[in-house]
Amino acid sequence: MRKLVFGILILAAGWSSCKTNDGKTSLPIFGSRKAVTKTVNGQSVTDTVYQTIPKFSLVNQYGDSISNKNLDGKIYVADFFFTTCPSICPMMARNLLTVYNTFKSKDDFKILSHSIDPKHDSVPVLKKYADKLGVSGNTWWFVQGKKEDVYTIAEKNYLVAVKQDSTAAGGYVHQGYFVLVDKQKRVRGAYDGTDPKQVDQLITDIKTLQAEPDQK
Amino acid sequence: MMAIRYPKSIVAALGLSIVISLFFSCENNNSLELKRYYSEGAAIYQTHCLNCHAADGSGLLALIPALNDSTFLKNNKASLACAIRYGLKRPIKINGKAYDENMPAANLAPMEIAQVITYMNNSFGNQLGMVTMDEVEADLKSCK
Repeated sequence: MRKLVFGILILAAGWSSCKTNDGKTSLPIFGSRKAVTKTVNGQSVTDTVYQTIPKFSLVNQYGDSISNKNLDGKIYVADFFFTTCPSICPMMARNLLTVYNTFKSKDDFKILSHSIDPKHDSVPVLKKYADKLGVSGNTWWFVQGKKEDVYTIAEKNYLVAVKQDSTAAGGYVHQGYFVLVDKQKRVRGAYDGTDPKQVDQLITDIKTLQAEPDQK
Repeated sequence: MMAIRYPKSIVAALGLSIVISLFFSCENNNSLELKRYYSEGAAIYQTHCLNCHAADGSGLLALIPALNDSTFLKNNKASLACAIRYGLKRPIKINGKAYDENMPAANLAPMEIAQVITYMNNSFGNQLGMVTMDEVEADLKSCK
């Protein structure tokens, strides 16, 4: 009986979250925001400025430099992993492969997997890892950079949605989240990368995002 | 006193039926034991193996091997316990493909290792029967 009630609750939660998405056909925007008043053509206009992913500089599995500019005009999923991680990373890779296979033909879609162990995860190690996952081309980049930089951007920018939702202190970087970023580099969602149901929701949300007018 | 003499055929039938029933009760005990090991092993698999080897034992492409290579499991029966207990640091060939990533050690007791091997040996298309705790304890003594 308890299971049944629980199931109904989950269904209800799923239904209501779907409904919100369907109703608005848009996703929430996470992070801080501020109102900025500018003077345009003699008129004062107030605009909302959202938090965006700041500049970064990384190297991908091909040894190419990847900066924030390479993600201009792209919808992308960011995550944090390391190649020798025995616990949740294979699960995340398995789930992220589903996302990859769904969207790999889209020019404006990317996946950015950040290594949090750059000492071990050199360019050749990342390349080998990508090869073993059957990942080729330029849709899914496995990147590494300075460890502090990756941690900072993870905690201060990518994982803002997780921080807002969680009361737990720290450690978000290790929890296997997939973060959805839009073409304006605003965070639009965070999903538990070890949970196939949340990953299905991510795929649905990417489609919702692609349909937004300013994401075309 | 006069001995009662039963016809030979009845004695033979009785004897045979005792032997048969003993055989079956034995087998029932064995299969019950296997089922117990199997269900305990399934829970251990979920906690310690599933993240990497997947719920259906399919592994992860060229990164993590599948657990459905019955020939490998049979040929390496005596070293499975060591691989689980102490991890695996040498390349192996599964289903004809080479795998060279390290497998981390799982700190499991001999009984748990026996149960999880029994689970693996009878899942994912394998039908290799059970491995007992005694066998695991013996195997663990000769780990390389």
